[in-house]
Amino acid sequence: MDLLVCLKRVPMVGGRIGLLPSERQIDTAMLGFTVSPHEECAVEEAVRIVESQGGQVTVLTLGPPEAAEQLRDAVAVGASRCLLLEAGGKEWGPMATARAIAAAAEQAGPFDLILFGNEAADTADFQVGVRVAHLLGRPVATGIKSLSVESGAVTARREYRGVEESFVLQLPAVVSVKEGINLPRYPSLPGRMRAKKAVIETLSPAYSEEGLSMERLVVPKVERRRAAVLGEGREAVGELVDLLEQLGILA
Amino acid sequence: MSCAIVFCEAGPEGMIEASLRTAGLARRLADELVLCGRELPGVAAEQARQAGARRLVSLAVPGYAPRGIARALWQLAERLGASAVLAAGTDHGNEILAHLGALSDEEMVANCLAVERRGEGYVVTRQRWGGSLLEEAHLEARRALLTVAAEAVAPASSPEPEPVGEESFEPSLDPADLSVTASEQREQAAGVSLASARVVVSGGRGVGGPEGFGVIEEIAEMLGGAVGVSRVVTSLGWRPHREQVGQTGTKVTPELYLACGISGAIQHLAGCQSAKTMVAINTDPEAPIMSRADYAVIGDLAEVLPALRDALAERLRRQ
Amino acid sequence: MTVNNKRASCVVIGAGIVGNSLVHHLARLGMRDVVLLDKGPMPNPGGSTGHASNFIFPVDYSKMMTELTADSTRQYKELGVFTESGGVEVARTPARLEEFRRRVTTAKAWGIEAEIIEPGEVARLVPYLDPSVIRAGLYFPAVGVVDSLRAGTLMREAAQGSGALEVLANTEVLGIEVDRATRRVRALRTTAGEIETELVAICCGVWSPRLAEMAGAHIPLTPIVHQMISVGPIPLFSETAGEIAYPIVRDVDTNMYERQHGGDLEVGSYAHRPILVAPGEIPSNEEAALSPTELPFTQEDFDPQLAEALELMPELLGDENVGIRYAINGLISMTPDGHPVLGETPEVRGLWSVAASWIKEGPGIGRAVAEWMVSGRSEIDIHESDPARFYPFQQTRRHVRARASEGFNKMYGIVHPFEQWSLEREIRLAPMYAEEKELGAFCYQTAGWERPHWYESNAPLIERYGDAVMDRPAEWDARWWSPIINAEHLAMRESCGLVDLSAFVELDVTGPGALDALQSIAVAQLDVADGRVVYTPFLDQEGGFKADLTIMRLGRDHFRVVTGGAHGMADKKWILDHLPAGGSAQLCEATSALTTLGLWGPQARRVLEMVTDDDLSNEGFAFSTCREIEVAGLVALASRISYVGDLGWELYVPIEQGARLWRALYEAGAPLGLVPVGIGVYGTTGRLEKSYRAFGSELTPDYDITEAGMARPRVKSQPFIGKQAYLRQRESQPAALLCTLAVDEHATPAGERRYMLGGEPILTREGERITDSKNRPSYVTSAGAGPSVGRHLLMAYLPRQLAVEGERLLVGCMNETFPVTVVVAGSRPLFDPENERVRA
Repeated sequence: MDLLVCLKRVPMVGGRIGLLPSERQIDTAMLGFTVSPHEECAVEEAVRIVESQGGQVTVLTLGPPEAAEQLRDAVAVGASRCLLLEAGGKEWGPMATARAIAAAAEQAGPFDLILFGNEAADTADFQVGVRVAHLLGRPVATGIKSLSVESGAVTARREYRGVEESFVLQLPAVVSVKEGINLPRYPSLPGRMRAKKAVIETLSPAYSEEGLSMERLVVPKVERRRAAVLGEGREAVGELVDLLEQLGILA
Repeated sequence: MSCAIVFCEAGPEGMIEASLRTAGLARRLADELVLCGRELPGVAAEQARQAGARRLVSLAVPGYAPRGIARALWQLAERLGASAVLAAGTDHGNEILAHLGALSDEEMVANCLAVERRGEGYVVTRQRWGGSLLEEAHLEARRALLTVAAEAVAPASSPEPEPVGEESFEPSLDPADLSVTASEQREQAAGVSLASARVVVSGGRGVGGPEGFGVIEEIAEMLGGAVGVSRVVTSLGWRPHREQVGQTGTKVTPELYLACGISGAIQHLAGCQSAKTMVAINTDPEAPIMSRADYAVIGDLAEVLPALRDALAERLRRQ
Repeated sequence: MTVNNKRASCVVIGAGIVGNSLVHHLARLGMRDVVLLDKGPMPNPGGSTGHASNFIFPVDYSKMMTELTADSTRQYKELGVFTESGGVEVARTPARLEEFRRRVTTAKAWGIEAEIIEPGEVARLVPYLDPSVIRAGLYFPAVGVVDSLRAGTLMREAAQGSGALEVLANTEVLGIEVDRATRRVRALRTTAGEIETELVAICCGVWSPRLAEMAGAHIPLTPIVHQMISVGPIPLFSETAGEIAYPIVRDVDTNMYERQHGGDLEVGSYAHRPILVAPGEIPSNEEAALSPTELPFTQEDFDPQLAEALELMPELLGDENVGIRYAINGLISMTPDGHPVLGETPEVRGLWSVAASWIKEGPGIGRAVAEWMVSGRSEIDIHESDPARFYPFQQTRRHVRARASEGFNKMYGIVHPFEQWSLEREIRLAPMYAEEKELGAFCYQTAGWERPHWYESNAPLIERYGDAVMDRPAEWDARWWSPIINAEHLAMRESCGLVDLSAFVELDVTGPGALDALQSIAVAQLDVADGRVVYTPFLDQEGGFKADLTIMRLGRDHFRVVTGGAHGMADKKWILDHLPAGGSAQLCEATSALTTLGLWGPQARRVLEMVTDDDLSNEGFAFSTCREIEVAGLVALASRISYVGDLGWELYVPIEQGARLWRALYEAGAPLGLVPVGIGVYGTTGRLEKSYRAFGSELTPDYDITEAGMARPRVKSQPFIGKQAYLRQRESQPAALLCTLAVDEHATPAGERRYMLGGEPILTREGERITDSKNRPSYVTSAGAGPSVGRHLLMAYLPRQLAVEGERLLVGCMNETFPVTVVVAGSRPLFDPENERVRA
């Protein structure tokens, strides 16, 4: 199995996100960088498939040169080949991103299975994986929480509103996964040493504008209140039950 | 006459709240509102009337095939000359609109909170970072494809209801459109679905370990609610990930959110901020959750939760 | 929570280990209405305490730090949060093994158990360590780990329980109000309202500079990154109970440590490039992904360390199933000189700095500062950490950053006791600096001044004096030293030496209240004739040494206090703090207006007479007097005193005339054998032969005047600070007496000649550690050559029964012992005991 996992370098934000004065970018001066939890799980899932069935995991990102750090992080946990698509300092929309990834996948592939995180942590466009699948003419499933590969097909499962949905996709295919599909491993020291030595292959895809243009970012106002304390310890339980009754919860 | 189409999700009890809120937002984007969906129940017509729709279209797509539904929507939109197609920003809604965007090679904008027409285009406010950040953007598109972060959008006021025309739509589908179709199975331990639960009893690190969730389950059941957990609880392997509430888990919209031993990381609050009432039980009166909760009980969970269970049992017995 | 119109006797800002400890001890000492606030939540508000690795090695080169660590360990044990694990430092290089021999000796001086062990023995204690990559281990059985967050909580709750403390979490300080007239803290403005108080303690670690700035004060420290990773789960550790079962390893040659923490191994590093952060850049609790002081890990900085760690612990860390579960760039505080900043700020009364502490000193610092706040004195002497020690240039961002950067990688380095900084040099230059450099001056830096320690131009003298220069064969002993120093010494004794004393601090105290003000703090009688020069200590309330300096009476209402550069700022603050309210006395610092040259030696009078017509005879210019004379067309204030034990004068001229004075004396003296003489002579060899004491070495708050052998026959009638204690000391038998010892044999059994540099333990003839009845250990306070007496001299306080001339003892050095003999018990000079040369 040759697998491709697509990643996006994003700042590791805390509770409150700070913006630069331009209001178009996050202030990352004191922030580290990572990928979304969904994407960490995608790498782990790919590595597990390779561990049980052989093959290799290639990781790809579209981003600045610094995004090599995220590719290396993936190597530290089991990926073996790195593709960096140079973003050229531009903000790429989901359509252009999908075109770039699809072209790179054809050029560097073939890949039996392409994995994405369900959505990028920052822009949360929920569509790049689907668009790549369409461009490559492959079946796709999204939001997947369980994956099994056998005899040329993957079975992908998820839970939605109390229903288990299961999809069978003939390979080659595209799947976007969600956190919870597995518990990703931590990088070992030997893994980190391998990551340090990893070769980063670079490609320079063509950029194109799209119809959605960001005007500014806004930090939403958080309503801060002070919880009314009903009481302390066991003594407060009577008050709490009264409250639930008033709220109509016990009806 | 411009028209906006909203793809609505529905169960036996009707179209879901998220879809109806999406319809409320869509109504302001065009002269005519059209709702559509698969396997719509009888009550859907009345819901559509209340939502101000003039048409309710039943899409004849066999099974849940996201690409097939997208194909149907595209054909419907072409036939009606729709200027916008919307869906709730759920797993289904996002997926179907992504397919629609890919099929029609048009922009798709996910998780919008507000949309207004401006000239030939739209001004869109959408969520990034699970709602920790908002983006204001300009959309220039022949047809706006939008999903709506329904849990963060207020229900629209009901317009003067008008009669709704019901029809069905038979799309022409490729075999590829149906090659990925869900086989569906009700979950065994169904209970109450977290996403739509009226009450969520949620536990965090303060619960202390997997064994501490027994009493939380009991309380959830007594209140007819679902169990939720914070991210650390699933990372520690105490509970399954499907119970996770938050940015990368489920977003809930209950009447009551009872947060037990949850400190209140922003990524968790992103998933429960739409709760109508939040009550926190925590040992630390200074925990961040205290500045988001409406009510609080200060104390040790090992003491408070069993007492709460017993008091609830007593009260429910008397009722 | 709001606290409008609140009053507090003390507000402690910062609920880390230091703040919690401080409030605990303040409450214990009886203070009431104490407020502790922190902008973060309890119990971990997000400071450096929250991410500390929490281990304690008991020994440090600094006596103060060692004592604070010992006291902290005792407190942690009382709180039940200490787990003894043992700790071992490992040597990968021969230089480090040498360093271990010094460290084991230092440990002995402070009474701490330590042992050099073979690699195999290290591997027996730490089975996952590869003994083939190390040469030896230095094992400390008493090393342990603590739960510093728990300790802080317990101490805070104890203070709350006593009713003395109110705690305000999530409360940020917005401003510190200072009364303009009295320069004293008046109130704090916080997000919870205003609190009136006259006492504020800044215990804010890396944030401290920002808080101090709010009041117009300075706490010169910088946040700096210390990288740490946590690796697990380690199968071997799953079999052990509790947090730690194996000794902590310090891989000092790679600047790293490895310690078990439950199922994980924590690997910390001080090897990476210095990564400095400005206090204003630290993210808030809300913005930080982990905590404000746990910044994102920068992998590329740690990468080189991975290989080193893998080499030392190949099986455990090479396990593919063991992962890096946590990795941070943790912020810690770093000061320009590596010491904490403890005490009232010189800028604002009532504003205290309690900053730049490690976990291992936190509780001890809390106790010492609380004692100082409440009673004016602490049991452990912490004067080395006084915030007043910093000159303004040392508070600049550039200076703090440069020194922190240079100091960071020395954390586990082999640092020579006289090692000089390489960055931020040539800050303060004497007017004759160009001439000095021409003469090949090798400079040490003191208080920013470049001070010639010796002159390469004097190298030919080495041959002239032959064996009398007492050369040192071991590289370590001769590092930052030159035999030229001893040659200069002998030339001065033979003819005459010219010494640049520009680093002297001159403080002019003037006005009708000047005499009374100085009388109230000086031990010596200052109501003397105009033109008299008086040597005097200042004491604290308990009779410990606070300063040691000379005062010239220049007129009825004009005194000039002259003190050393290193302690000048602290002395200035002490005097300022004791000037009368109402302005009847003023202090004006003249350091940067004056330059001082010292001229001493048997030919000093003849040299000076060549450039002056004034009467320099004993009758015309008596010892211990000063007056203005004409020198080479300049007016100089000449003061006939000596710290080197020879005839001569200190000459004070306006700084812009200093170069002319230097040239005039140098040219006049050359035919008579005058040589430029460095501080190596002035500060060490000259004074040791004369049994002259130095502040900070012999004279510390730990010892009193009688113990230093400096009691005078009479005590002045006027009151002065410490007088009652001093009178009591005179009545009782001193527990120790300061002695001068001479080294009898320098050769080790292997035939290597070693010279002590200071800090070594004095031992009985049997090799046993010596302590006096107050449990103070005997150690070498100063060491250096006595070229004129032909011996290597040591000063040390000895218990009375051993303070007997002729007593034979041992000194520990390099894990060996060397025989020494007490040559002077008390302050009688070894060289020229009748002081005939000084009074010639």
